[in-house]
Amino acid sequence: MARRILTALVGAAVMGIGAPAASAATLDDVKAKGFVQCGVNTGLAGFSAPDASGNWAGFDVDYCKAIAAAVFGDGSKVKYTPTSAKERFPALQSGEVDVLARNTTWSINRDTALGFNFRTVNYYDGQGFMVRKGLNVKSALELSGAAVCVQTGTTTELNLADYFKSNNLQYNPVVFEKLDEVNAAYDAGRCDVYTTDQSGLYSLRLTLSKPDDHMILPEIISKEPLGPAVRQGDDQWFDIVSWVHYALVQAEEFGITQANVEEMKKSTNPDVQRFLGVEADSKIGTDLGLTNEWAVNIIKAVGNYGEVFDRNIGAGSPLKIERGLNALWNKGGIQYAPPVR
Amino acid sequence: MAIGATTTPEKEKPAGSFINDPQVRGIFYQAITVIILALLIYWIADNTIENLRRANIASGYGFVRGRAGFDVGQSLIAFTSDSTYGRALVVGFLNTLLVAIAGIITATIIGFIVGIGRLTHNWIIAKLSLAYVEVFRNIPPLLVIFFWYSGVLAVLPQAREALALPLNIFVSNRGVAFPKPVFGDGFQYTFYAFILAALASFLVSRYARRKQAETGQRMPVLWTVLGLVIGLPLVTFLATGAPLAFDVPVAGKFNLTGGSVVGPEFLSLFLALSFYTAAFIAEIVRAGIRGVSKGQSEAAHALGIRPRLTTRLVVVPQAMRIIIPPLTSQYLNLTKNSSLAIAIGYADLVAVGGTILNQTGQAIEVVSIWLIVYLSLSLATSLFMNWYNARMALVER
Repeated sequence: MARRILTALVGAAVMGIGAPAASAATLDDVKAKGFVQCGVNTGLAGFSAPDASGNWAGFDVDYCKAIAAAVFGDGSKVKYTPTSAKERFPALQSGEVDVLARNTTWSINRDTALGFNFRTVNYYDGQGFMVRKGLNVKSALELSGAAVCVQTGTTTELNLADYFKSNNLQYNPVVFEKLDEVNAAYDAGRCDVYTTDQSGLYSLRLTLSKPDDHMILPEIISKEPLGPAVRQGDDQWFDIVSWVHYALVQAEEFGITQANVEEMKKSTNPDVQRFLGVEADSKIGTDLGLTNEWAVNIIKAVGNYGEVFDRNIGAGSPLKIERGLNALWNKGGIQYAPPVR
Repeated sequence: MAIGATTTPEKEKPAGSFINDPQVRGIFYQAITVIILALLIYWIADNTIENLRRANIASGYGFVRGRAGFDVGQSLIAFTSDSTYGRALVVGFLNTLLVAIAGIITATIIGFIVGIGRLTHNWIIAKLSLAYVEVFRNIPPLLVIFFWYSGVLAVLPQAREALALPLNIFVSNRGVAFPKPVFGDGFQYTFYAFILAALASFLVSRYARRKQAETGQRMPVLWTVLGLVIGLPLVTFLATGAPLAFDVPVAGKFNLTGGSVVGPEFLSLFLALSFYTAAFIAEIVRAGIRGVSKGQSEAAHALGIRPRLTTRLVVVPQAMRIIIPPLTSQYLNLTKNSSLAIAIGYADLVAVGGTILNQTGQAIEVVSIWLIVYLSLSLATSLFMNWYNARMALVER
């Protein structure tokens, strides 16, 4: 008996040692295993959802691909970990994923107490409400007494409580862990109101049985800057993830697209030359721990920020979300990249 | 092994062979096990602390005093977003307790009915019971929960077209709304009268039992008790001017407002757990009754005891000895299965804890609270059932 216990203990110890531990040099780990492990949403059309043939596609998924392209020169070297709102943080904390590109709001609590780093906002969002048109509600202030469907463990849940409290409105929260559960409950009439980030509402409305019966109320009750998150304590990896976003934005500003990137390499504009790593004696990528071709690889893999936006959630997609705040800074929005210099 | 093999007396044992001494070996292996266990725990703790430090995560249970910031749909105690995380955990715990206790009671009742039903000579009832057991026993509990939840949501009418039942009860896919009693001044006397009646009933039935044991005369206990428990409070209630009003649910803009509402989440979880566990309890009951030797009931018949009394006084008390221990396991299973609540958004301990875990990032602390609470609940159930089992056990003389 004692021997059997001993064997079991040794077995457990060996298995424990084999478990992944959070490591400082994420870039080395990623290069060693040959792919980026990317935490994404379990299914939010336009942001990250498996397409008809089972491949992950969407706005956040393209960020995963862009990071892989920057590291490996190949956007397909990604493995996806679908996470619920509740699972996403432990997954990143424990080192199960290298980066979390999962429409996650940047907040001070997550930046500090949870041990993550955010720097770039790839989508400026805000929380909204969706209701059935038949209710004849024109404003969120008329929602007193409503049952509200919301996903648990989100900033949405907290904003909702704050908004109803500050406006002295009553409500009955109906919370679920997974988005599809919230969807099903709202669709079945379990609640009158569906609240989440407005981009999410546009996406989710498409999946309801009668999308045209629902409308999104004009109020935006919160700031939801969504962006990729990494663990604290690894500045190099943090820099890479941040500059992938800046490269996408910068490429749009320069007018570099997936189609014309090779051509643009011949550009005489010194800024473009520097950005694409064709300048003589360039260290633009090696300083990041990557190759000088990193920006070219990103653009070849997914295009520029505008292309990523349009293809997944903008004019070229069923969601048809306006660029709004997410237009470039010189086009009326606030998407802005620091100089590549 | 060595003890059985050797016939040499202890003092003649050759020196130096203590390696083969089973006692020494036993101590040696146990020491090794303890050391490895201690090292393993140390390694896990050390690694955890190191990983937490590296990830810059604050640890400790201080977070329970923080403001929750979220609302909970179903709560037995007052809870707002200004309450603490600790209170949110209490809300979750009470919800778990509520569904577990309600589920255990209902599952026991259904289980006993179906279990006895399987043993009747009535062909239809026996086969229906068999079908019930086989259906519910062979479906994963999560599916049963989904079945009830989608059933509740899909079949029942929308909130604004709620089905009105007598007594101002309304049924819709938002749950069952019923009038909430509002106690006025003087209602406490009715309550006191009820306590008094209950006490008197207890004394009356004890007296009746003693009298039957001594003289063989039986008293109409049932009617006396009913008269006491219903009559006395009723008279007091009317005498004090009927101080009771009802808060009746009325249709509001979105939902029914007023009254009390039992949500579809609780209903479906409660029904699913009850029906699922009842299938197992039915089999345990059947096994228990079958386990009583046939000679017992034959002897009772031979003494002229009627079948109904035979079941009540001879078979069931003996069957209980067989039934109770496995029944305890089913109660524990039901309590633990209640954590499946998360799938349908019932605010039980796991669901609320999960929200807190997400807001605070205190994964280890929250998970440890879950473990401790479920362990305590299970141990408490076991203790109670062991006590009950000891009471029901055959007194051997």
